[in-house]
Amino acid sequence: MIEVSDIVKSYGGRNPVLRGISLSINEGDFVVILGASGSGKSTFLNILSGLERPDSGSVRYHASDIAKLSDDELTRFRKENVGFIFQQYYLLPNMNVEKNVRMGADLAGNMEFREIIKAVGLEDKIKKYPGELSGGEQQRVSIARALAKKPNVLFLDEPTGALDEQTGRQILAYICELHRKIGFTIVMVTHNQNIAEMANTVIKINSGKVAAVYANETQKTAYEIGW
Amino acid sequence: MIIGIKDIVKLAGMAIVVCCAVFVCTLFLNYNIDLAAMEGEILTEAGIILYHAQVSMGKVTAAVTGGCLVVTSAIMLLFYIKNYIDTHGRELGILKALGYSDMKIAKHFWPFGLSALTGCVAGFALAFSYLPFFYKTQNAEGLFPDIGVNFHPLLAVFLIAVPAILFAVLSVFYACLKLKAPVLDLLRERREYKNKIRKKETGERPFLQDLKRVTRERKTLVFFVAFSAFCFSAMVQMSVSMNELASGTFAVMVITIGLILAYITLFLSLSSVVKGNTKTIAMMRVFGYGHSACCRAILGGYRPFAYMGFAVGTVYQYALLKSVMMFIFADIENMPAYTFDVKVFFVTLVLFLITYEMVMYGYSARIKKLSVKSVMLE
Repeated sequence: MIEVSDIVKSYGGRNPVLRGISLSINEGDFVVILGASGSGKSTFLNILSGLERPDSGSVRYHASDIAKLSDDELTRFRKENVGFIFQQYYLLPNMNVEKNVRMGADLAGNMEFREIIKAVGLEDKIKKYPGELSGGEQQRVSIARALAKKPNVLFLDEPTGALDEQTGRQILAYICELHRKIGFTIVMVTHNQNIAEMANTVIKINSGKVAAVYANETQKTAYEIGW
Repeated sequence: MIIGIKDIVKLAGMAIVVCCAVFVCTLFLNYNIDLAAMEGEILTEAGIILYHAQVSMGKVTAAVTGGCLVVTSAIMLLFYIKNYIDTHGRELGILKALGYSDMKIAKHFWPFGLSALTGCVAGFALAFSYLPFFYKTQNAEGLFPDIGVNFHPLLAVFLIAVPAILFAVLSVFYACLKLKAPVLDLLRERREYKNKIRKKETGERPFLQDLKRVTRERKTLVFFVAFSAFCFSAMVQMSVSMNELASGTFAVMVITIGLILAYITLFLSLSSVVKGNTKTIAMMRVFGYGHSACCRAILGGYRPFAYMGFAVGTVYQYALLKSVMMFIFADIENMPAYTFDVKVFFVTLVLFLITYEMVMYGYSARIKKLSVKSVMLE
C-alpha cells in the first residue's frame, strides 16, 4: 500500500534528519515507528502522510508518488486518504466538540459524525469547548475528528504523550478496537517501547535510519502492555 | 519589565494615526489662535462673517477629524492590549499566581503610552514644518490680514503631553480590567471560548460556514475592516468635493490622512485575522482543506462589512459637507452649491474594489505561505 524508497531529508543544509529510509507498509497494518527523541520518526511520519516532501526518494501510495505532487495535489491526497491524531490535539479552541468533529466529517461528506462522537463517549459533551474538556476528552475529540473523515490511513504522532497512564490506555484500547472493526491502516509514532507491543509491525528508527523492522507474533492489548 | 521595546514598536500603526490627529489639530488650532489675535484688524462686515466661518471650520475640522483619529487610535491601543494579554496569558497568569496584584502588573503597561508620545511629537513637529506653507497659501487668498506663524506652548502641552499621559493611563487601567480574569483562565488561555460560549449554536451548519461565523464574531476586527472602508470612501469623495469648496491643499491633506488611516486599519485588522487563525488554517490544510476554502472562510467573512463601511462613508461625507455648507458657509456669498457627485462615487467605488481585493489577494498569498510544520512546532 505504501512503498517508501531511499528517503532523505535535511533542514537548512545541515546533517540529514533522514538518511535513506526504505520500507513498505501493507493495507490494514498496525505499524509503530519507534525511536528516541531526535531520531527522525516524526519527520518520517510527516513525509509518509504528505505533510512534508523529502529532499530525495519516493513515497508511493498505491501507484502515485506523493513526493512529486504539487501543493494542491498533496492537499487533495490528504483530503481523500489520511487522518491525523497529534500529541497536542490541535483542536479549534473557539469551536465546540461537534464543530471540531464536523471539520473532518464535512471533507468526507459524512453526516453520521454524531455517531462517532457517541462512540468515543462524548455525546453528553457535544456542546463543550476544548478548554472545558480534560486532556483525555480532547484526545477523544481529536480521534473522532480524524475518523469522521473516513481515512484509509490513520497517522498518530505520540497520541498518548500528553496523557496519564489510565487515559492513555483507554485511548489506545479505543484506537485498537476501531482498527479491528474498520480495518484501516494505522501508522503510529512513539518513543514508548511498551506501546510497540500492540502493533503487528514495528519499525525502529535510529539517527535517521531504519535500525530494525520486526513483526509481533502476538499483539498485546492496551491493558496488557507496561507503561 | 513586562512590555519590551518590540511590543511598543508593534504599535507603530497607532502612532501614525495619533501623528495624523495631532498634525490636523495643530494646523487648524494654531491657525485659529493666530487668526483670533488679528480679529480687531478685520473691519468689513463680509470679512467678519468670513472670519467666523473660518474659525468655525477650523474648530469643526480639528474636532471631527482629530477626534475621530484619536478615538480610532484609542481603540487600536485597547485592541492591542487585549491581544497582548490573550497571547501572554501564561506569563501574566504566573505573575498573578505568584501573588502580584492586578494593578501591580497593569502598571507595567504604561510604556504603551510612549507610542502615543512618539506619534504626538511627530505630528506636532510635522505640523510646524508645514505651517509656514499653510499660512502662506491662506495669506495668498487675501481674505484676512497677513498672519505669521507663532508657537503656543499651551497647545504643545494639550497636543503632546496630555494625550501621551492619557494613553499611558488608559493602557494601565484597561490592562488592569483585563487582568481581573481568574488565574487559571489566564494560565490555560481560556478567555476566547468563554466569550463564544454565550453564543447560540445552530448545530446544523457546515464547518466552513461556522468558521466564517466565528471569525466574524471578533467585533473589533469587524469594526476596523468596516472603518477602513469608511475612511477610504469618505475621505476620497470628500477631498474631490473639497477641491471646489475649499483649497486644494486642504483636499490633499484630507485624502492623505484618509488613505493612511484606511490602509493602517485594514492591514492591522487583516494581519490580526490571519495571525489569530494561524493554527486553524494549519489544521485545515493538514486535513485537506484547499487554499481557496481556507481564504474564503477566514477572509471572506469580512467582505460584506467592508462594503457596508463604504456605504456609510459615502453617506457620512455627504451629510458632513451638506451640514458645513448649510450652517458654516450659509452667510457667505458666491459659495458654489454642493450636490452629491455620482461620478466621483462610482470612481471611488471601483478604486475601493480594486484596492480591497488586491489587499485580500496579498493576505491570501500570506496564508498560502504559512508553513504547517512551523505552526505545529510552536
